[in-house]
Amino acid sequence: MSTEGMKPSTSAPGILARARDIRCVYGGGEEDFTAVDGVSIELGEGQILGLAGESGCGKTTLGNALAMIATPPLYVLSGSLEIDGETIDLSTLSTADLKRHQPYRGRTVSMLPQGAMNSISPTLRISSLVRDVMRAHDPKITKDESLDLARDRLKMLEMPVRVLDSYAHQLSGGMKQRMITVISTLQNPRLLIADEPTSALDVSSQRMLVEMLLAMVEQRIMSGIVFVTHDLPVLSQVSDKLAIMNAGSIVESGPTRQLVENAQHPYTRTLLSSVLDPSQETRRRGLARRSAAQATTTTAEESATTTEEVGKP
Amino acid sequence: MSQPNTGTPQERTPQEEMITRSTTEGKILLSCQNVTKEFSVAGSKITAVDDVSLEFPESSVLAVVGESGSGKSTLARMLLRLMPVTAGTITFRDQDVTHLKGSGLRKYWTEVQAVFQDPFASFNQFYTVGSLLRRGLSLAQVPKDEADVLIEECLGYVDMKPKEALHKFPHQMSGGQRQRIMVARALMMRPTVLLADEATSMLDATLRVNVLNVLHDLKNDLGLTVLFITHDIGQASYLADRVAVMERGKVVERGTTEEVIFSPQGDYTRRLLSDVPDLRGSLKS
Repeated sequence: MSTEGMKPSTSAPGILARARDIRCVYGGGEEDFTAVDGVSIELGEGQILGLAGESGCGKTTLGNALAMIATPPLYVLSGSLEIDGETIDLSTLSTADLKRHQPYRGRTVSMLPQGAMNSISPTLRISSLVRDVMRAHDPKITKDESLDLARDRLKMLEMPVRVLDSYAHQLSGGMKQRMITVISTLQNPRLLIADEPTSALDVSSQRMLVEMLLAMVEQRIMSGIVFVTHDLPVLSQVSDKLAIMNAGSIVESGPTRQLVENAQHPYTRTLLSSVLDPSQETRRRGLARRSAAQATTTTAEESATTTEEVGKP
Repeated sequence: MSQPNTGTPQERTPQEEMITRSTTEGKILLSCQNVTKEFSVAGSKITAVDDVSLEFPESSVLAVVGESGSGKSTLARMLLRLMPVTAGTITFRDQDVTHLKGSGLRKYWTEVQAVFQDPFASFNQFYTVGSLLRRGLSLAQVPKDEADVLIEECLGYVDMKPKEALHKFPHQMSGGQRQRIMVARALMMRPTVLLADEATSMLDATLRVNVLNVLHDLKNDLGLTVLFITHDIGQASYLADRVAVMERGKVVERGTTEEVIFSPQGDYTRRLLSDVPDLRGSLKS
């Protein structure tokens, strides 16, 4: 594995990031398990790439590799990320590899992990979390500078500044998730990896978070998002491009509208057909399923009656 | 609220007939009348459930939908008698069960079972699935031979086989498998009512449809009454006979699925529906 940190590259104009041939395995057991198998993705400036697929297909692992936070037993065997004219070697097999990624983590690429809102310390105010995160990236930053930055950002996004003085239990799930998103992007990363940011939220909170993410891209707080989720309707609303993952590989990708309306791969079609939206079509499917189940029950009962009758002396 | 088609059976479509039959003919099995739950937080009182009355006809699915914090789960916990009510009455088979204790409550729990959102949190990670399922039955004093037969039967309801499940630890199973084991565990007591609290929200779309289909089948095969709590209105429209919408502890709208989801009368319900992401819509300008 190369320990070379970076080298100049020739990114095409308008392309924010390009990841190539990412291979990840989970090791440490009797045999390695390949979680991501040679995936390449490309994201334009100001774009949102939706990464969809079922649990266990490798979405989160790919997100971890892109965010450079892969730690054992997860190993990135190969892969590179071209961003801002630099090529970052993503492979990790040793602690030295992780240190090599340090300058990029949180700054060039920021990660919003799954369930992050549940990790807020219950005994500290949100302002303390802001200071901790900022100090982790810049030890010289003062308390006032960190908080000023957070206040400005909240005002820019039309969110209440008083949230900084709250404890986690005083905030709703939706507000916690929006605050975590704001905090994870205070460094103005070029790329945000958002892993299932909407999954634990109800539809109204989902909508507010999604609108905030769109505003953040529009205001260039970050230049692009890789949005990882199994929720296709959410993705279809926010993403410019979709990539569908299955068993560690991308089986189909393309512009969102095109992929939703004219999916080619059978797996993509299965995923799309499983979406339950509150439509007449969903209702018809539910009633059809019920009719089928009732018919089966009735047939079984009739069959039992007939058998009994036949068995009569 | 629009009225259901009350014409003669000959005038109704088969689907309308099914809805009318399932929502008007079932005997009321479980109900709550004017149930309220207050919590004391830092010296002040928060009303989580406010004067809610609901009825659950036999062999039907009632979906309770609403945003986080609207009181859906608190209501379920009170119906399950895991939490005392502040005021109101819970009735099961025409008996007041609001203050049941001891053996009476244990008997109630065999009839009213629950499946919760996070199957991982509901299993002890240090025991195999087999041990966990058998323990529930041994507490109910079911003999071992009968227990094994019952486990096999209930795993069959969720399309699983003892060989592929019993020797595994919970962490060795996928989220969907764990959720199906939870449903099987709830069914082992041969309940008449199943409270499913966000039971499918952690599942992928395809697995979610599978579990909903299992609930459809169980309703038809075993005559199960289901309280399906969800914030996902799409799931409610797929599964439910009736829908109740909760906002800040109150039921603000109720009716058949067709009435509530396709002709909502309340502003809150309309807003909830408008926030549901549309697969063919876009928020991008």
